[in-house]
Amino acid sequence: MTDNTSKTHGAILQDAAPGTDDGVIVELRNAGKAYGNIRALHGVSLKVRPGQVTCVLGDNGAGKSTLIKIISGLHQHTEGEFLVDGAPVRFTTPRDALDRGIATVYQDLATVPLMPVWRNFFLGSEMTKGPWPVRRLDIEKMKQTADHELREMGIVLDNLEQPIGTLSGGQRQCVAIARAVYFGARVLILDEPTAALGVKQSGVVLKYIAAARERGLGVIFITHNPHHAYMVGDHFSVLRLGTMELSAERSQITLEELTNHMAGGAELAALKHELSQVSGVDVEELPEKEDLTAPVAASPEGTS
Amino acid sequence: MTQHAEPAVTSPPAPGPQETDGRTAERPLVVRLLARPEVGVFLGAVAVYVFFLISAPPVRDASSMANILYQSSTLGIVTIPVALLMIGGEFDLSAGVGVITSALTAAMISYQLTMNVWVGVIAALVVSLAIGFFNGWMVVKTGLPSFLVTLGTFLILQGVNLAVTKLVTGNVATDDISNMDGFDQARKVFASSFDIGGVQVKITVFWWLLFAAIATWVLLRTRYGNWTFAVGGNKDSARAVGVPVAFTKISLFMLVGFGAWFVGMHQLFTFNTVQSGEGVGIELIYISGAVIGGCLLTGGYGSAIGPVFGAFMFGMVQQGIVYAGWNPDWFKAFLGVMLLGAVLINLWVQRTMTRR
Repeated sequence: MTDNTSKTHGAILQDAAPGTDDGVIVELRNAGKAYGNIRALHGVSLKVRPGQVTCVLGDNGAGKSTLIKIISGLHQHTEGEFLVDGAPVRFTTPRDALDRGIATVYQDLATVPLMPVWRNFFLGSEMTKGPWPVRRLDIEKMKQTADHELREMGIVLDNLEQPIGTLSGGQRQCVAIARAVYFGARVLILDEPTAALGVKQSGVVLKYIAAARERGLGVIFITHNPHHAYMVGDHFSVLRLGTMELSAERSQITLEELTNHMAGGAELAALKHELSQVSGVDVEELPEKEDLTAPVAASPEGTS
Repeated sequence: MTQHAEPAVTSPPAPGPQETDGRTAERPLVVRLLARPEVGVFLGAVAVYVFFLISAPPVRDASSMANILYQSSTLGIVTIPVALLMIGGEFDLSAGVGVITSALTAAMISYQLTMNVWVGVIAALVVSLAIGFFNGWMVVKTGLPSFLVTLGTFLILQGVNLAVTKLVTGNVATDDISNMDGFDQARKVFASSFDIGGVQVKITVFWWLLFAAIATWVLLRTRYGNWTFAVGGNKDSARAVGVPVAFTKISLFMLVGFGAWFVGMHQLFTFNTVQSGEGVGIELIYISGAVIGGCLLTGGYGSAIGPVFGAFMFGMVQQGIVYAGWNPDWFKAFLGVMLLGAVLINLWVQRTMTRR
């Protein structure tokens, strides 16, 4: 170890060595996005490694959607850096992101409701056969593949010809996840996949998230439900009003703390003394500021 | 004696490789058939045909049928691309006057520059495709409803048709080009007739059916067809999974330009001259034809064969009223009734399709 210090400057961290590990597929460094004069996202840093689930939590308007739109190529970041495989990138279309293996499963716009399941499965990446003037869809192969892939993920459908709009929300999410996995996604971005689902269906989706991780994918799991996040997450980032409030490994945080952060616990804890002066506000259950041991992301204000 | 060795009872039902989740009961064949976009309009077309077969005896004549098909084909050739565009989630109000713009361009370029008519024909194609490109580009880039954009183009073209024709020819119609180079050749392509069993059938009928066949194949069997359904069904989803939305929409508008060009050329080489003020109101017939043909006005659903029947219904009514000896003023009233009927059927279809 001491022999190597001159070469490595003696700074090898066991866990999450910043900048030195090459397993990182997608990385954001102090990235941000402004729409005109509105700063939707500011100073966000994030790393996605294969075989890990990175959870991004935040309340409505916290900037979660903006974050995934940058990574998936729908919008471009206006500050900071966005790296894929260590090289800075700037995607102009979702196709660019897909070509780099970054697939996004959207909460509501993942599918075309009136189109059959198998056409949705292959939409945008259809299998074809034959030379150009008569190049046509390889329908048999697509149906077989879609059926096989869906069964692999444990989804059994009667009829792949039925419009995908007739499936339940959870089934549609699963079809979209199976599609992304099949098309060789290395990074899977899931935008609130459990938001509109019942308890059991949420469990099914969480199972597929775990399955995707087992297959070595990096997963970015956007949610506002800390319980769902804690069930599958390896790393947790909490966004608040467009900035990063918390960034912690699973080992550094408990579900209780995560829930507190999501519920604005850090701010409430800071206000605890003031609130205790006000009659009618029960502050007994609020955590003390010192109890929130998880590393709070360094305030980005002033660093940009 | 000749009992077939059918071990129907002894062998267990083959362990279906296709296990099902048993949540969807098989719906009756009739319901599934009616859920096809073109079946409703097919039944409608048959009904209208039978109606006129009974009430207008001259319709039973084969030459009347050829005439009805000819009427239908001049509408149908534009209705097909208008239907594809509608499946792609947009529509085009400028198609009717676009036909005249195309014909005027060809006539004036050939005559005024005294060139081979084919030069005019090619120039007209370029102009028609350019109009389609402009419509599509404006819709895609601005995100404005195609109703507004193409209403603008419709008014522009209407004015330009009249003004430029007057400016160039000093008249409201173009000059007769029937003795120009290449006219006969072009007429063979766009406006000749065939003799089938003693009945003269216009070539546009064949073009119409050929285009319908190609459009059906493209729509159901190619990536482009898949993209057309997708951009009309959910543009954002389509874009998110990597479908080139701008390309698909713009090219669909350009296809309408192509259809308008073809019919424009047919009119030019049939009548040798073009009236610059025509074409207004036809765009609504094209759109009605597509809607009656089972295309959803909001996009994402429809077929290319349905509008063929839609156009046939129009041609049938238009000619049938004449053959029946009624006042042709009733034509528009008939159209209205058919359109409303078709919209109601579409509504029902959409609900049945997405029913849980």
